[in-house]
Amino acid sequence: MSDIEERVKKIVVEHLGVEEAKIQSDSKFIDDLGADSLDTVELVMAFEEEFGCEIPDDAAEKIVTLKDAVTYLSTNSN
Amino acid sequence: MFKDKGLLVTGGTGSIGSSICKHFNNNGCKEIYSTTTDLNKVKSDQDYIKFKELNFNNIENLNLDELFDFEVDYLVLNAGLNKDNIFLRMSSDDWNSVINVNLNSSFHLLKHFTKKMVKKRFGRVVFISSVVAYTGNPGQVNYTASKAAISGIVKSLALELSTRNITVNSVAPGFIQSNMTDKLNDDQKNTILERIPMKKLGDSSDIAKAVGFLCSENANYITGQTLHVNGGLALI
Repeated sequence: MSDIEERVKKIVVEHLGVEEAKIQSDSKFIDDLGADSLDTVELVMAFEEEFGCEIPDDAAEKIVTLKDAVTYLSTNSN
Repeated sequence: MFKDKGLLVTGGTGSIGSSICKHFNNNGCKEIYSTTTDLNKVKSDQDYIKFKELNFNNIENLNLDELFDFEVDYLVLNAGLNKDNIFLRMSSDDWNSVINVNLNSSFHLLKHFTKKMVKKRFGRVVFISSVVAYTGNPGQVNYTASKAAISGIVKSLALELSTRNITVNSVAPGFIQSNMTDKLNDDQKNTILERIPMKKLGDSSDIAKAVGFLCSENANYITGQTLHVNGGLALI
C-alpha cells in the first residue's frame, strides 16, 4: 500500500469511525461507509490539511471513494 | 455567558451592530470582530472590537481567507444598506448594491465561516432581517427582497447544518431607533408610531438581546426560526 493510501485510509478511519478492514479502495464514502454529505466535505478538509494542498470544489465533488482521493492526491499534493 | 467564544458582527458601527457587540462584550465575550466600510466611523468606546475595513459590494474580489484568518463561534450577519425609491424609479445600481451587500455577502461569509463551524461542531449564525421582509413596504422593493431571501437561507441552511450542532436563525426588527430610522422625518415617524401597538420605537439593545438569546445555551434547540422583535407591529 502506498504511503498516500495509508494516510488517506487513516483519515477515513478516524473521521468516519469505520474499521480499517472494511475499507476497500473502491468503497464509496457515502454508500458504503456511512458518511453523510457533510462528512465528505470534512474528509476533503482533512485531506487538504494532511497533504498541504487545496482541493477546489469541482475536484472535491468527484472524490467519492478512497481510490479517487488517492489518485487526486498522488498528482496534486505537495 | 459567552466566555471563551469568538464573535463576528458585520456592520459593527451602525446602531444595531454596535449594540450587539456591546451586549456580547458585557456578557463575557472577549474575542469580538466586526466590519465597517469606514474605520473613521468606529466610536471611541469600541476599542474592544477588532475592526476590518471592507465594502461588501465588492466581496467577490476580496480574499476572505486572508481577511478573516480567525474562527468564530457566533456569526451575526447584520451589515445592510437601503437605497429606497419607488420601483418604477429604482435603478439597477440601487437594486444590485442592496442585493450585493444585504444578501450576496452572506453567501460568501457563510461559505467561509460555516466550514470552520462544521469542523468544530459548534456554531451560531444569526441574520438580522426586517419586519418589512414579511409585510412589504412601498419604496423598498430591493431591500425587502434582500431581507425576505434571508428567510429561505435560514431554513435551508439550518436543515443542512443541524447535525453539526450549528443553529441558523434570524431576528427581524420592527422600527428601531437607529441610523436607518433617523433618516425618517417626523411625519413618517408619527405614522409609524400609530401603527405600533407599544407606541414606541424599539431600542437597538432590544435586538442585541434577541441575538444574544439565540446564541446562548437557552436557544440550543432552536434553529431555522425568525424571532420578531417589533413591539407588536406585525404578528407573524
